[in-house]
Amino acid sequence: MQNPYLPYAVRIEDIITETEDKNLKTFKLAFENPADEEKFAYAAGQFAELSVTGKGEIPIGIASSPTEKGFVMFTVNKVGLVSSHLHTMQPGDLMGIRGPLGNSYPWELLEGKNVVIIGGGFAFTTLRASIVYMLDPANRSRFGDIHVIYGARSPGMLLYRDELAGWEARDDIHMHITVDATDDPHWKYNVGFVPTITEKKAPQADAETYAIICGPPIMIKFTQPVLDNLGYGHDHIIMSLENRMKCGIGMCGRCNIGRHFVCKDGPVFTLAQLNGMPKEY
Amino acid sequence: MKVIYIEKAQWASGLEKAGDSFRLWGPVRRGQFYAFEELAGGQVPALDFRNTRLSAKGLVYPQSEKMFEYTLDPGQPDHDLLKEAQKDYSPRAVLGIRPCDADAFELVARNFDTPEYQDPYWLRAREAVTLVGLACAAPCSTCFCTSAGSGPFSTKGLDILLVDSGGNFLAQVATPKGEAFAQAAGWRQPADDAAAAEIDRQRQVAEARIDSHVATERLRQQDTLTLHAAPFWDDVAFACINCGTCTYLCPTCWCFDIQDETHGRQGVRLRNWDSCMFPLFTLHGSGHNPRGQKVQRVRQRFMHKLKYYVDKYENGIQCVGCGRCVRHCPVNIDIRKVCELMNSYTLAGDSCAVVS
Repeated sequence: MQNPYLPYAVRIEDIITETEDKNLKTFKLAFENPADEEKFAYAAGQFAELSVTGKGEIPIGIASSPTEKGFVMFTVNKVGLVSSHLHTMQPGDLMGIRGPLGNSYPWELLEGKNVVIIGGGFAFTTLRASIVYMLDPANRSRFGDIHVIYGARSPGMLLYRDELAGWEARDDIHMHITVDATDDPHWKYNVGFVPTITEKKAPQADAETYAIICGPPIMIKFTQPVLDNLGYGHDHIIMSLENRMKCGIGMCGRCNIGRHFVCKDGPVFTLAQLNGMPKEY
Repeated sequence: MKVIYIEKAQWASGLEKAGDSFRLWGPVRRGQFYAFEELAGGQVPALDFRNTRLSAKGLVYPQSEKMFEYTLDPGQPDHDLLKEAQKDYSPRAVLGIRPCDADAFELVARNFDTPEYQDPYWLRAREAVTLVGLACAAPCSTCFCTSAGSGPFSTKGLDILLVDSGGNFLAQVATPKGEAFAQAAGWRQPADDAAAAEIDRQRQVAEARIDSHVATERLRQQDTLTLHAAPFWDDVAFACINCGTCTYLCPTCWCFDIQDETHGRQGVRLRNWDSCMFPLFTLHGSGHNPRGQKVQRVRQRFMHKLKYYVDKYENGIQCVGCGRCVRHCPVNIDIRKVCELMNSYTLAGDSCAVVS
């Protein structure tokens, strides 16, 4: 019997400090046993339990795309016991990952569709995975127009800044980067909150267009009416949730929203689904 | 179902023999309560109890259980790697478990044995255990098993059901595991048709003695959000002190926590029973808590047992009617009353319309 609680051993290959407050670091991990990488076949939108021996585990969205081989990547906010310890670790250190866990963004459904990605703050990780996945030369023709609205408090708080600049330069993706405010005279992108920029830049809804939205509760609260005004049906609004987790496989009981587990039945739900569930997230 | 006679004179000697191939657990009197403990050679279980204070849940699913061991010593070649903890899954028998508590294992299996994932700790321990149940001739006033999918003579989850018949036990052998245990104990005297009739007679008497019932037939059709928003939760939760006693005593509560515990450079990854009554259960790293209020936690416990589970498994309620939470709740919260509120709830009944 396979033990779903046993992590794969991975080694930290690289650590990138993402934001100016140094609270977000990206960890690039390589499997100690190459065969484990095959077993860890994932889709964008899934997450994994990062295991730090002696500290515990944390559920973190997978920031790399399945099209990127040889490593998996996670961007971790320094918050609690495990994430704080992780922030002190060095390249070469050994840790574990368990997964992939949960469902993913609905890639079969999204095939041939326009995708509007709306993200805020550090909830951009699985959205990055999604963008890299869709922009892969083997995949780009499988999707229609791609819009990305991504905001952070300030330019220095944006994740993956080099990649954002690279995507800005492409003509097969519409980037709408924004910051809440900045005094940087060289800032050449948008200034304003994500809901405002969504109102200005997001395409009108149609049956062929899906919005994927991921961000802090306050952003979601004010973006949803904007999408409603643009005509997005609630089955065309896709969200990724978080709840406290331990097992990640639907057994330990804490991440439930009604009868659904965020870890196993989610973390991705449509707004239409969430409308029928208690607001316990 | 096959029935055998076990003369009470052969009870202790049979257990002694079975002890050669099984580790034995049974109820032992501790103060005013009974607890399941491992029996020493020659020790017989105390069978004069109504029910044990704690169910036998912990014999398959310990309150605290090692999952992995590790060393953090960088001098060791396997440092920071988790190694499976050594476990004893040799055959064991639980003697005198009540039918409701045995049925609880069937119900909890739906959580730990799923198409996608199998919990190896629970499944191996469950497989190693033979359950030798004792039928309830004299149920407690708080027992409502007959309306919770179980019963005082139910064989669900049991390998053998013992029925006390004066000078002997009539033993219903329900499974091959039960057959193997009876063989190991040397109990093989087949019973005649009269035995089956006697069991049936006693069953009817015992079932008739259970005068506490829950109505559950409308729970499935109830709308989840309507029940969730019902006004009675404040009343239900008012006296609750979130002590968690109900969840720890419950044979069907399965929630757990996972923790690393390190002493020096050696450590273990443990799993411990957890409880939806505790705010830490759902506390996010950010400080946000989706069930930060007491009323939300109390509602979660009852909604899980009486609505979410009902909808998810289409197999009745997540409760076997053992009544422990009713007997031991320090503030007298009664799941039977909550079940009635949920089952009978209608929006119309909630209206504040003034009748003139």
